[in-house]
Amino acid sequence: MNWLTTENTGSCAALNDIPEVGYAEFYDDLARRLADARYHVAHYFALPSGDRLRFFCLLLDDREGKVLLASHALAYYEETALHPALTALHPALHPFERDIAERYGVRFDNMPWPKPLRFPFDRCDRAGTMDNYPFYTMKGGSLHEVNVGPIHAGVIEPGAFRFICNGEQVLHLEIALGYQHRGVEHLFGTTDNRLRQACLSETVAGDSAVAHATAFAEAIEKLTQCERHAQLERERTVALELERMAMQIADTGALCMDVGYQLGQVACEALRTMTINTTQAWCGNRFGKGLVRPHGTDHPLTPEKARMIRDNVREIARRYDEVRRDIKSSPTLLARFEQCGIVPRDEMLRIGGVGQAARASGVARDIRVSHPWASFAKCLHHESIVKSQGDVMARLTVRCREVLQSAGHIDRLLELYEQKYASGPSPCPAPDYTAALAPSSLSFGLIEGWRGETCHVIITDAEGRIAAARIKDPSLHNWLALALAVRGEGISDFPICNKSFNLSYCGHDL
Amino acid sequence: MMTTLNTILLLLVALAIPGVINRTRALLAGRRGIRFLQHIYDLHLHLRKGAVYSTTTTALFRTTPSVYLGAAIVAAMMIPVGDLRPLLSFEGDFVCMAYVLALGRFALILAAMDTGSAFEGMGASREALYGALVEPSLMLAAGTLALLTGHTSFARIFDPDVLPGARFAVVLLLTAYVLMKIVFTESGRVPVDDPRTHLELTMIHEVMCLDYCGVDLAMIQLGGWLKTALFSLLAADTLAAAFCLRWWVAAPLAVALTGLAVGIVESTQARNKLVRNTTFLLTVAALAALAFFTGYLLQLNIGMA
Repeated sequence: MNWLTTENTGSCAALNDIPEVGYAEFYDDLARRLADARYHVAHYFALPSGDRLRFFCLLLDDREGKVLLASHALAYYEETALHPALTALHPALHPFERDIAERYGVRFDNMPWPKPLRFPFDRCDRAGTMDNYPFYTMKGGSLHEVNVGPIHAGVIEPGAFRFICNGEQVLHLEIALGYQHRGVEHLFGTTDNRLRQACLSETVAGDSAVAHATAFAEAIEKLTQCERHAQLERERTVALELERMAMQIADTGALCMDVGYQLGQVACEALRTMTINTTQAWCGNRFGKGLVRPHGTDHPLTPEKARMIRDNVREIARRYDEVRRDIKSSPTLLARFEQCGIVPRDEMLRIGGVGQAARASGVARDIRVSHPWASFAKCLHHESIVKSQGDVMARLTVRCREVLQSAGHIDRLLELYEQKYASGPSPCPAPDYTAALAPSSLSFGLIEGWRGETCHVIITDAEGRIAAARIKDPSLHNWLALALAVRGEGISDFPICNKSFNLSYCGHDL
Repeated sequence: MMTTLNTILLLLVALAIPGVINRTRALLAGRRGIRFLQHIYDLHLHLRKGAVYSTTTTALFRTTPSVYLGAAIVAAMMIPVGDLRPLLSFEGDFVCMAYVLALGRFALILAAMDTGSAFEGMGASREALYGALVEPSLMLAAGTLALLTGHTSFARIFDPDVLPGARFAVVLLLTAYVLMKIVFTESGRVPVDDPRTHLELTMIHEVMCLDYCGVDLAMIQLGGWLKTALFSLLAADTLAAAFCLRWWVAAPLAVALTGLAVGIVESTQARNKLVRNTTFLLTVAALAALAFFTGYLLQLNIGMA
């Protein structure tokens, strides 16, 4: 089958150039390719165009570093046989097919579990609501159900967890999400104000503001096809890696807190504060909001700021390394983290896990390596950190080492800055919110945020306005990994399994 | 006079221990920490609040705080501070103390089940299991003391003229160690339980009190402090008996022992995996048995000589 082949550093694709094939051919080809672990689907979504529903698929080839694009279409009123579900063969596709089915009423044949994904306000079937969602149940005198949520005890974000337990042991966990649905994708199409759209992209998931803003800016810049200054790319990468450091450190602290290890918790909280305060000193916002904008930046680096960031990051890395050694050499912590919440490699592959959780299970998926963009394609050489155990400790170790690695990247990028612009401010231009977008095109921003691969797909109409945005946060894939991780574990170990993934509710619910 | 002083000291110990724990933890975390008497202000706050009851609960739920606090008070009244005389004292009172406390625990478990909440049911089942497992240790530890002195009342056991401290120093140290472990378990502290956690799924004692507020919660908290204090005092008395069994040694020792030990352990150590608690408690029971038999053998030896 013919796919449109492009790269993560390439430009946008005209909608007419994306091959359109019949569903049978698409199904066979995709099913065949996905059997090989080198391929995984970055995004698969449907979009109404005229009286048809056109399905787009972004397939990633991790070995060659290519992005493959293809589509198929379905007439709205066509009385055809039901489409067979790809999920039945490759469970990794479940969130995409569930989303399509829920939004447009497309019925897939042989779908293993047609569970609604996020109950959007414009869903096809309004009869099913979150309140009457039937959870999976099991019968048995020795079993009991424990419901947690949807209101979180710590009032973070909402999500319902239904455990089926045999005593203390969890047999099954079902996670029901959608409580946080805000219609973010829809909002991108309601305004032509590029600044507003950029701000919107920062709010897709609050803990990944830089990641989502970068993905959005990437997608927009592919559509305008303007040259970007290499220094702008480097500054964005510094911001992204700062965010990664802050979140990985925060999660290390949260894991320590959940097992009642106070020293690790307070040390990590202090370091996390130091990291986000560094971001704040740079751009005025601790989470890096306002830092990443299309075509330019409002906060170009100055020699003083670069010096400050470099010094802080070095200090953070040094102190964090001590905490890391402390954790690694503490028997009571190892007893909690090792052999707990295991997701084996083949399961992680089957469900299509991404990001650092997948890397802890031996699945070396990392966009920075397989599909490098911006600085990662130029001045940085990145090597993924992969562990094979797939337990809480492995996920923690990946986090720990990524912090140190990110510190190294930041140091290298700022060193480059100091070499080139030691005397003056950075040459990054101011943001451009007016550049015209290529009409009738599809563009994607694909980056590796701290949680995993983050993908923004933007489709423009004939006038060059954003017709639709499709966003994928890595949490979309990894929530299922959490459900698998706690099977057979004690229910009291659920919190540390949960923290070891630290998935986003609003990133999933959009 | 002596009994009044005993009661006052007991109350002071109970009120001081949470403060010392908090201060130790704060210092180790590099913080200034909350004020020393913050827990008492909090208690005062609870006492001024009204109560809200779930519609699924019955009278059982409402009477439990009184039973729990009452049991803790009665049990605490049997505990001597060093060489002082407790309010209640009779032969066999150490068995009575253990089961009065068990009554309080039983009431709390029933109340937790009464709410019909899945969390509280789980907490109740854990509390019942660990309560049953800690009992042999307590009985063996108290039994060791009874064996050494030939008395079964705490007041008589901790009589400086009766307890031959120096000769049994090893046994007394070991018994005090076992009693300290019981303090950790009974007061729901790391590594068995974590009173600070916000995660209901991992809680043991705290989860059973989730539906309580106001005066009821204050009563349960006060009961918990008294329980901690009475076990701490037992440990401190036992330790003090090895060198100087006086009230002015035992009372500060109880506060320092529990305050520092709990504070340090909670700062530097992670909590047990829940299933490992069983191993932990059985190890404590084994230590208690060791203390008992060492005491028995020593006594035989000394008796012959």
